[in-house]
Amino acid sequence: MKKDNDILVEVEGLSKKFCKDLKTSLWYGLKDLTSNVFGNSQERTLREKEFWAVKDINFTLRRGECLGLIGHNGAGKSTLLKILNGLIKPDEGKVTIRGKVGALIELGAGFNPILTGRENIYNNGAVLGFTRNEIDAKVEEIIDFAEIREFIDMPVQNYSSGMNVRLGFAVAAQMEPDVLIIDEVLAVGDLGFILKCFKTIDEILPNTAIVFVSHSMPMVSRMCTQIILLENGVSNFQGENVSKGIDLYYQRFANNESNVVFDDGSLKLIESKLVDSINNQKITELNWGDDLKLNFKFNYNKPIDLPLFNIIIMDKEQRPVALLERNDTLSNVKKSNNEMEFYVTHKNIQLSKGIYSISLAVLKAENLEPLLRVNDIINFQILHELESWQPFLLKTIYES
Amino acid sequence: MALEVKIYQKENNIKIGRLIKDSLSDIYTSRFLAKQLAVRDIKAQYRQSFLGVFWAFITPLTTAFVWIFLNETGTIQLTDTGVPYPVYAFSGTLLWSIIVESINSPTSNTNAAKGILSKINFPKEALVISGIYKLLFNSAIKIVLLVVFVFFYGVGFHTSLFLFPLTIIGAILFGTTIGLFITPIGMLYNDISKIITIGLGLLMYVTPVVYVMPKEGIMRTIMQYNPFTPLLVTTRDFVTGATPEYVSYFLILVLACIPLFFLGLIFYRISIPILVERMSA
Repeated sequence: MKKDNDILVEVEGLSKKFCKDLKTSLWYGLKDLTSNVFGNSQERTLREKEFWAVKDINFTLRRGECLGLIGHNGAGKSTLLKILNGLIKPDEGKVTIRGKVGALIELGAGFNPILTGRENIYNNGAVLGFTRNEIDAKVEEIIDFAEIREFIDMPVQNYSSGMNVRLGFAVAAQMEPDVLIIDEVLAVGDLGFILKCFKTIDEILPNTAIVFVSHSMPMVSRMCTQIILLENGVSNFQGENVSKGIDLYYQRFANNESNVVFDDGSLKLIESKLVDSINNQKITELNWGDDLKLNFKFNYNKPIDLPLFNIIIMDKEQRPVALLERNDTLSNVKKSNNEMEFYVTHKNIQLSKGIYSISLAVLKAENLEPLLRVNDIINFQILHELESWQPFLLKTIYES
Repeated sequence: MALEVKIYQKENNIKIGRLIKDSLSDIYTSRFLAKQLAVRDIKAQYRQSFLGVFWAFITPLTTAFVWIFLNETGTIQLTDTGVPYPVYAFSGTLLWSIIVESINSPTSNTNAAKGILSKINFPKEALVISGIYKLLFNSAIKIVLLVVFVFFYGVGFHTSLFLFPLTIIGAILFGTTIGLFITPIGMLYNDISKIITIGLGLLMYVTPVVYVMPKEGIMRTIMQYNPFTPLLVTTRDFVTGATPEYVSYFLILVLACIPLFFLGLIFYRISIPILVERMSA
């Protein structure tokens, strides 16, 4: 009987150290081999040139829960995964895992490039712990899932990287793990395949405890029920408030410097700001449903006709989510002393909670020729109590 | 069904009995993996080759050929071996190549699996066992060739020829056991594999591989103590039907290798996490 509240993963005070220098690392390796034989019971302290790659991580994970591990490159995510997967041993603390562990860390492990796809299904399946009978029973299903039946008897060295990943995932998808560890492996396939992967993961999620490492925050917010933000091996934020963790992650990369991508020299942006906003030290904030009111000031050397302004709202992943309606050439823009200034207002902003930035493109009115393009001129945060990963939270009226 | 519980922590369980039991159960559960890995490597090796199995015995064949040539042309004077020299030389170099291959097998298999070792958790014993499968396969080809030699040079059939595959297994066990103890250190420092290559090259000359043991002198003493000697001499005696002189040393050696093999396997098993950490760091 599988109980819903089984604790499947328990991590207590987990730490792991690494050595920065190869020669020293090998020498320590030799010493560790020796102490390992005698049971390894003495205290581990940092030796010269060592650092904590993971320090004092604690969490528990039950069936049906998904833990997101996020953090910048080198924060210790992969090291933590390797310990959870039993590939390397912790230097402090303890991991207890109940049930069968599956890892989507490397797809297609055990493939030999000159053997055919079909033969490699057996190789990969064997590495993942299947028996011959299990693979025999599933091989057709695997080929269909990977959608490469036509090429299944071709050596995999002639496969594209996407086909390799497809085949690897198709085999791995046959695992029925209690604990699933996912590293960023699904990024190579095409969109159709990625969707298929997530459909599979969604299907197994209710019966599984998942540890998910990703840099794709929409994926994390979609899948995870709790989150750990790692920074230099230490847990910086931990809890069930997934969006808070994601916000903290983005703040680390908050880029407050605008950059001019294109400039033909005819006009220059000298000032831009968000009017009527809540200002705290880090970032300007706006309540959901407030008016978004922007103020721009340009100067120019030669007199020019009023250009068109493309004002684009980008989300924290630099995806454009909205375009503000363009001005027409008769708009009420104040021009004087080689300067022009105007306000743009969008009423009742309905972007969902999160951090956004504004980019601006200025175009010549008659032929839409670009004059100026500046990215990240204003950063702002929308405040709302509801966490959502969709870009818009639209106002509704429910009636009967 | 109760869920299997795994605990990962710094401390090692060093109860030998428990470790051997775990190791054996992993060998059992990974039997398909071991076979599959061996089949994969053998297939891949021969599919991308025109000459195929020829490569399995080319090294001992050329070494034997050099010595046969030196002997036949009178360049060097070797003591009479009692059997046709080509059979003597080839049986020696062939068995020597099996021993060398066995010693290198755990290290080369572990090295080849580096990629999956640092990504996927699977029973590491499968690498050792698949290595043994591959050794058996390669040795079988060599044995067939040697039997052809035996009949071609008129040594004739002796019932002891049936015991000869057993001594080959003894040689593989001996080599793999040494290999298991070397591998963890050899994975860290590549000096080890170089030392082994040079060391075995020299060791061949103090083992009766291509010439017989002298009647007296320091060389005789060295050869008599050299643990490679009983392996070679006994195997050759079984092939040629001579009375085996070193059979008790041979038996002691093989019997000693059995517990040492399991000890080596445990050393290998508990060392892998440390190696993975150092090679992927």
